[in-house]
Amino acid sequence: MNFADSASAMKNLLGSEGDSQRTLYPYVTGTSVVAIKYKDGILIAADMGGSYGSTLRYKTVERLKPVGKHSVIGASGEISDFQEIMRYLDELILYDNMWDDGNSLGPKEVHNYLTRVMYNRRNKFNPLWNSLVLGGVKNGQKYLGTVSMIGVQYEDSHVATGFGNHLARPILRDEWHENLTYEEGVKLLEKCMRVLLYRDRSAVNKLQIAKITEEGFTISQPYSLKTFWDFAAFKNPTVGAEGSW
Amino acid sequence: MDVSSGDLDAPHSMGTTIIGVTYDGGVVLGADSRTSTGMYVANRASDKITQLTDNVYVCRSGSAADSQIVSDYVRFYLHQHTIQLGQPSTVKVAANLVRLVAYGNKNMLQTGLIVGGWDKYEGGKIYGIPLGGTVLDLPFTIGGSGSSYLYGFFDQVWKEGMTREEAEQLVVKAVSLAIARDGASGGVVRTVTINKDGVSRKFYPGDTLPLWHEEIEAQNSLLDIVAAASPEPMIT
Repeated sequence: MNFADSASAMKNLLGSEGDSQRTLYPYVTGTSVVAIKYKDGILIAADMGGSYGSTLRYKTVERLKPVGKHSVIGASGEISDFQEIMRYLDELILYDNMWDDGNSLGPKEVHNYLTRVMYNRRNKFNPLWNSLVLGGVKNGQKYLGTVSMIGVQYEDSHVATGFGNHLARPILRDEWHENLTYEEGVKLLEKCMRVLLYRDRSAVNKLQIAKITEEGFTISQPYSLKTFWDFAAFKNPTVGAEGSW
Repeated sequence: MDVSSGDLDAPHSMGTTIIGVTYDGGVVLGADSRTSTGMYVANRASDKITQLTDNVYVCRSGSAADSQIVSDYVRFYLHQHTIQLGQPSTVKVAANLVRLVAYGNKNMLQTGLIVGGWDKYEGGKIYGIPLGGTVLDLPFTIGGSGSSYLYGFFDQVWKEGMTREEAEQLVVKAVSLAIARDGASGGVVRTVTINKDGVSRKFYPGDTLPLWHEEIEAQNSLLDIVAAASPEPMIT
């Protein structure tokens, strides 16, 4: 039996410096985040699910959070790591505010900071197991970016994480255009979220949509989407081919 | 095939069913009492609801060793925090200290915890801290291997703003249902109720719990139920 001496044990207890860590595995995870630029700013959508393996364990997890005055972050992946990232970001914004110089970190800067954090953790084989979407508006400039757990980052007019890349982005490639109104943007995101609800096993039917414009941000109250099952082909799927599925 | 009594050297694990529920005025924490090493029940009357401070308790599940050591460290830190603060710690602070230990050592720990208590600022609070160290402020939460059998039950029965009695009865019923189906849960049901007036511990021995499907009344002996003298022999 090994006993660590009390000093290093104390140091080790509240953090994990000192022992070498390897890549972990996620436990409580959030699924897709989908986001688009529109006429006045950015719209980001995410459901409120926290899955525990295949169990849909938590159904009111807020995966969209404001960052400072100009940005909103959406996270998928391990929720405990997202909570830690929020602590880093809140500290970043705090120090930025303490300068009291009228300047404030915009979405591009926050995105860059996140990229550095994610990439550096990846290099130490101890990643924050998240895919993040960072959107915002500052001085009239709209910004939408994403960064993954291995530090890959990019910006685009529409981004998504996880299943959203496979199911939502094709819809957005087809139907997104510059100068979407707020209503058009919300409808488009809801179309994407509905497809995800049908086809992603870890999706839950309770979501939030965040809007960021020059004026500021709003994150909607949780709401649910209607789903559609009333099709003849659904009622009798094996008609004409008994035994098939 | 040798009949073994289980792997006695397997790490002690609390299969467990743990529950934390808020009600109008406080919280009720509940748990079963079985600690197993492999197939053997190492302790049939464990106390899985552990005190952190006068007003904050934690339900422990998963590895017995990990959950005990986490509780011990958090109790230690909270004690110092209380001295420095000059008043009882809040439930939120207790939950965050548990988070620091659970998240910071996520690679090594295998314990799911439910922190529950009462403080004068926010009243009764329950925080779920599953594997990984996520902290979630919830109106109620369930944990441990037995909790798998309770998701549907709570989906149906849970409501906001219960009375203390309703909450306690709900917790006892739920733990009892889980014990019925989860081999890793068993023994007695313990509850701890925390509110502004303090802490109250209750104990529900296995034989006082309701009977569920295919369970039958316990008897002292066969001899008490079979009609006296000589019973008819069975003939095919």
